[in-house]
Amino acid sequence: MVTLNVLTGIATLALMSLGLGVIYGMMRIINLAHGEFLMLGAYVTVVATNAGINIWLAMLVLSPLAVGVFGVVIERCVIRFLYGRTLDSMLATWGLSLFLMGAVTTLFGNTVKGVSAPLGSVSIGRYDTSAFLLFVLFLTIIVFAVLWATLRYSRFGLIVRATMQKPDMAAALGVAPQWVYMATFAIGAALTGLAGGILAPISGVSPSMGSAFIAKSFITVIGGGASIIAGTGLASVAFGLVNQVVTFVSTPVLGEVALLVAAVVMIRILPQGITARFFKRSL
Amino acid sequence: MMKRLNLWSTVLVVGIALILTVAIPRLVGLYSLVEVTVMVALAVFAISQGFIWGFGGIQCFGQAAFFGLGGYTYAVAAINMGNSSVALMLGVVVPIVFAGVLGYFMFYGRITDTYVGVITLTVSVILFNLFNATSADIYRIGNTPLGGFNGIPSIPGLTVPGSPNVLLTPDQLWYVSMVALIACYVLLRLLLASRFGRVVVAIRENETRATLLGFDSRRYKTLTFMIGTGIAGLGGCLYANWGNFISPTVFALSMSAQSIIYVLVGGVATLVGPVLGAIAVQSMMSYLGTQQVFNAQLVLGLVLIVFVLLVPQGVLPALRSVLTNLVITPRQRRTRAVATTASMKERS
Repeated sequence: MVTLNVLTGIATLALMSLGLGVIYGMMRIINLAHGEFLMLGAYVTVVATNAGINIWLAMLVLSPLAVGVFGVVIERCVIRFLYGRTLDSMLATWGLSLFLMGAVTTLFGNTVKGVSAPLGSVSIGRYDTSAFLLFVLFLTIIVFAVLWATLRYSRFGLIVRATMQKPDMAAALGVAPQWVYMATFAIGAALTGLAGGILAPISGVSPSMGSAFIAKSFITVIGGGASIIAGTGLASVAFGLVNQVVTFVSTPVLGEVALLVAAVVMIRILPQGITARFFKRSL
Repeated sequence: MMKRLNLWSTVLVVGIALILTVAIPRLVGLYSLVEVTVMVALAVFAISQGFIWGFGGIQCFGQAAFFGLGGYTYAVAAINMGNSSVALMLGVVVPIVFAGVLGYFMFYGRITDTYVGVITLTVSVILFNLFNATSADIYRIGNTPLGGFNGIPSIPGLTVPGSPNVLLTPDQLWYVSMVALIACYVLLRLLLASRFGRVVVAIRENETRATLLGFDSRRYKTLTFMIGTGIAGLGGCLYANWGNFISPTVFALSMSAQSIIYVLVGGVATLVGPVLGAIAVQSMMSYLGTQQVFNAQLVLGLVLIVFVLLVPQGVLPALRSVLTNLVITPRQRRTRAVATTASMKERS
């Protein structure tokens, strides 16, 4: 039972952080509006479900689509002016984060909404657990696998990896880095939207829900280091484990504190993240 | 030449501030005075961020953590001990110690600026969550319940040092806050003129070069960070004093964002800029609070985006460059332009 809790904890952490990891790994931009992208994804699911649309459709298709499109708009209007200016891009996304929180509060009010989780519960041996959490676990594995396969084997993945390593050389070979960056930002945003949609049934949906998750996501991504998939995955396992175990013996808040302490100590030992020292050649 | 200029501008700024200190209580009513006092507390907060970011080159995205720690420390100590002067000192010392530990891990790990930003931001978020979760009665320090989401009410105000029973009146609190702000300004100016300050700025300009010249950039950065957070803690004390109340919202992300916005609006790498920025932004916020059309957070976010995109150096430096462009002759402008491009190339 504890194992299952730990596993689903790791899975949600990994899913939440993946979008951030994609954007950071590819573009060296920390999207401080990450939490608000999650929040937007959750709101899309809630609004769509309340409008009578099937919850699976809302979570798995509409949320990523809507947030992905929103990501493109933001990339074109704000981020593309700030490539190469790391601090400024972080500040701009922070402004975006405040703006989105304010906008959603104005539109939907400062109340907690929610949708009920589908699937009910299943029994594994003697224990009952939420089938939805199991679904999240499998979904996370599938998403990671698909992303890895895309980056590793497809032509698009090759272009993306080339641009990541040497943008000017890729440009010399006929790739337009700006389009690759736009696509990457859109994919990152869409993955975040997906995670937001999945979170909607698990947690309450409110304008400020993002700030409940970003701390963990940020730590996971910078703890992971340069590699998108291996870094986010490994860091999720490490920090998810610490978080869930401490949560289990004390409270969720102390779990988060333990997560932070583990991360700060780890960053002293491995300043460039896990994948800077181990699994260097991974994706 | 440059040094004398700095001295005169410092004297000018302090002079204007002293005149304002004396004049404002005579010009406005008590209600407005109380409203301006909170701006002074936030200006102290702003100047701390201005120092860390503008001169130290440290991107602290969680400055509210230290502001809040200062406020909470003051609250807990003042209620427990009844002696608010000692509480004020603790309110400065505790953030410094905390920043020392955090700074050790960050700067001695030699992590990149991005990571510093994210780690400090995360620290403030987690402190926010932590203090929010202390509503149960078992969470108390001494005889002070931390109160979780509701915060700590009826914090004793500052008293006259030596006689703990004489509370300061609102206009005395105004004088104390202003003196604290001016003292911080003068202290930072002196610090920046000293050898230490020059090394700090050198590290901001080029960390590798400063290290190669034999300065331990890790130590200097940690110390800069600690000094800045101590000032932030002082701001937190004044803030807790002003409302006699503190709640976890002081740790909120929007609070850290505000400190960044103050500096960005006023001017990066200036000390007066953040103060003016704090006053401008807070005036705007209190105006926004009186109407219901626009959400204050929405406007703050827009201000941040617009400034980053259009005026990334802030208003004061932008004004300064416009003025110098007007004053100097075209020929000087050309040489200056060449010099700027050269220095920009070097930096990139």
